[in-house]
Amino acid sequence: MGRKLLLEKAQVEGIRNYDVYRREGGYRSVEKAFKEMSPDQITDEVKKSGLRGRGGAGFPAGMKWSFIAKPEGVPRHLVCNADESEPGTFKDRFLMEFIPHLLIEGLIVSSYALGSHLTYIYIRGEYSWIIDILETAIGEAKSNGWLGENILGTGFNLEIYIHRGAGAYICGEETALLESLEGKRGLPRIKPPFPAVKGVWDRPTVVNNVETLAAVVPIILMGGEEYAKIGVGKSTGTKLISACGNINKPGVYEIDMTISVEDFIYSDEYCGGIANGKKLKACIPGGSSVPILPANLLLKTAKGEKRIMNYESLSDGGFAKGSMMGSGGFIVLDEDQCVVKHTYTLARFYRHESCGQCSPCREGTGWMEKILKNIETGKGKMSDIDLLWDIQRRIEGNTICPLGDAAAWPVAAAIRHFRDEFEWHILNPEESQIRNYGLAHYADPLEPAVAAV
Amino acid sequence: MAEEKKLFKVTIDNITIEVEPGTTILNAARKIGGEVAPPAMCYYSTLKGSGGKCRTCLVEVAAGSTADPRPMPKLVASCRTNVMDGMIVKNITSEKALDARKGIVEFLLINHPLDCPICDQAGECYLQDLSYEHGEEGTRYEFKRRTFEKHDIGPYIQLHMTRCILCYRCVYVADQLTQKREHGILDRGDQSEIATYIHKALENDFIGNVIDVCPVGALTDKTFRFKNRVWFLKPQDAHRDCPKCSGRVTLWNRGDEVFRVTARKDQWGEVQEFICNECRFEKKKTADWVIEGPTRISRHSVISQGHYVDTVEPRETLPAVMGGRKPKLLMDINNVSEVNRPGIDLSEIQGPAHSMDFDSENIKP
Repeated sequence: MGRKLLLEKAQVEGIRNYDVYRREGGYRSVEKAFKEMSPDQITDEVKKSGLRGRGGAGFPAGMKWSFIAKPEGVPRHLVCNADESEPGTFKDRFLMEFIPHLLIEGLIVSSYALGSHLTYIYIRGEYSWIIDILETAIGEAKSNGWLGENILGTGFNLEIYIHRGAGAYICGEETALLESLEGKRGLPRIKPPFPAVKGVWDRPTVVNNVETLAAVVPIILMGGEEYAKIGVGKSTGTKLISACGNINKPGVYEIDMTISVEDFIYSDEYCGGIANGKKLKACIPGGSSVPILPANLLLKTAKGEKRIMNYESLSDGGFAKGSMMGSGGFIVLDEDQCVVKHTYTLARFYRHESCGQCSPCREGTGWMEKILKNIETGKGKMSDIDLLWDIQRRIEGNTICPLGDAAAWPVAAAIRHFRDEFEWHILNPEESQIRNYGLAHYADPLEPAVAAV
Repeated sequence: MAEEKKLFKVTIDNITIEVEPGTTILNAARKIGGEVAPPAMCYYSTLKGSGGKCRTCLVEVAAGSTADPRPMPKLVASCRTNVMDGMIVKNITSEKALDARKGIVEFLLINHPLDCPICDQAGECYLQDLSYEHGEEGTRYEFKRRTFEKHDIGPYIQLHMTRCILCYRCVYVADQLTQKREHGILDRGDQSEIATYIHKALENDFIGNVIDVCPVGALTDKTFRFKNRVWFLKPQDAHRDCPKCSGRVTLWNRGDEVFRVTARKDQWGEVQEFICNECRFEKKKTADWVIEGPTRISRHSVISQGHYVDTVEPRETLPAVMGGRKPKLLMDINNVSEVNRPGIDLSEIQGPAHSMDFDSENIKP
């Protein structure tokens, strides 16, 4: 049984309300931070904890905080990135919907550490009901003296505002998010300057994911060093994984980054195995942007070691034989799923969401989508596969923001690991419209999976 | 005493120059000039915030600086990356950068209509130059090209959205040059288009400059539309007293007729001084202008076909090598041989020449 830090109290009835949350020990971290610690001490604790950004890139949060420029007389801001739009990722939604006060608590402590008197939650517009929940929570926190002026008599003022996005995936990219927050088109900025120097309204800004900011609460309560003991290596603490796809128990799980991928998929505590007794074909372990992995490479690394659910192990083998932790959107595909169709769906998504600012992504994503549509509908040519590879290669790394990479990686990985399926689609255009390619040999080297205890 | 500014040493394609801190890689490369300067479709040195979008100017940074000599992991947009002391940049010496550039040209062209034969920009189009210099032959794109609904933006400027490469230059011009920007980008991704919000006309004294900054034929001059090809016109520098702008322009004549008026551009194709709409669209008579002389057009442009301005004539190199002294002949052939005496005119000899012909006795005085 893994240790739970964030979702420990998620099942308590009425935890969404302030009174219950407070009774269950809520806002203790604010008391501790404001009364016993200085802002720098908090940053140090977060550094010591080894907490890595939970939004996808996995950049150490404490390091990010320490980069923030502190010029005299210029206000600083903390922005919470709740624009969770990655297909397959819905962990922040769970957190905000069921324990909104945990996020508010994390925001108060983090704002204190960073010296932000105006903190924003940039939430995706589609989460309209969560906005109401958060507004209520902020109202409750304010009427109980956790927000507003002179919090706990320390002289620290803080207001939290919610900004609602307008439905663009690109606004989850931190600089596009800041542009959107300023009221402009959500186009990513060219870095440098980084947001830590020139962020929202040219003021030093830290942008963190919801889960990262919520994780600050247990770090303050238990201490950074204690937090770092959970997990292995540089993957410290617990991580929320939103599991979906062909599994028996989809949902949001909190794991402590020591369990293996096999255990995560097959144990009853987590996903509970593949639905309908089917076999595992492939999996995208970190949200739609990260490379897809066939079953044999998913459960074991190329070196034959067990793959563990953490940052290092999932990326073991590089892009050729590994994947990424990403934002924790765990998408499982069973033997009935078609990789070509799946890749086409993702390409369509990225084409739709490309902001159109820089040329490789604007033109390349549309081109890839059209080629994949041809292959999927049985009109493909063999040369299309090499063309696709060439297009993704020329998009990756040449764009302003990571959306170009995110659009290129799934296509690259699909061709890398499932080229035979693409070829089958092209060589059997009629058959491919009726039935799926099936399991092929992707899972063959596997022993029958044993459900973990 | 003025403090001496520390200059940064930067090496681009093995050529080292010193530039002021804060210079971008692109501008440092332009100081070297020639092929070392990366192409730029969206960057415009006078427009704040421009650049970084088209990605044609990507270069490889082999060493970040003297202090931190690690190479940069990705290709960087040279127009938006500042140089550091000791930076080593590879542009045309980098396979990676050249390959990426080929890719960008292909991406820019897949949805470009390639209607150059009827496009007014042909001959002075940066996308044409770019694809000639950096593109590949042929296209691998087999789908319908993107089209847009026609959009009327007023009596002077013609918008062809299908040709647009979304460099955002015109948006920056309108933003930074005029009082109120009326056009911008609508929609997102590959459907984004330059438009005004609900079919407005662009009305501002300086809005005509969007025509000059447009690298392709997306924004063209309605008063010049389909009138002539640019390479049949003769560009001349001219000026007039204009209350609104500097009045220093380039006239495009054929005979005495002024076909169009544009701002003067420098060698990188950037407008030197923005001009007003009155100068651009209304003053179409030679009498309105004081002619200064022919515009210098760089040799590779088709506009200067047949009349090269900047050509360098071959020089006599020997005196230059010898420090100005003329070479002294060690032996004058005429002193030794009878043949080729200056007094003998071979064309006057009937039939083949014989030794007899060169006999000193036969030579006419």
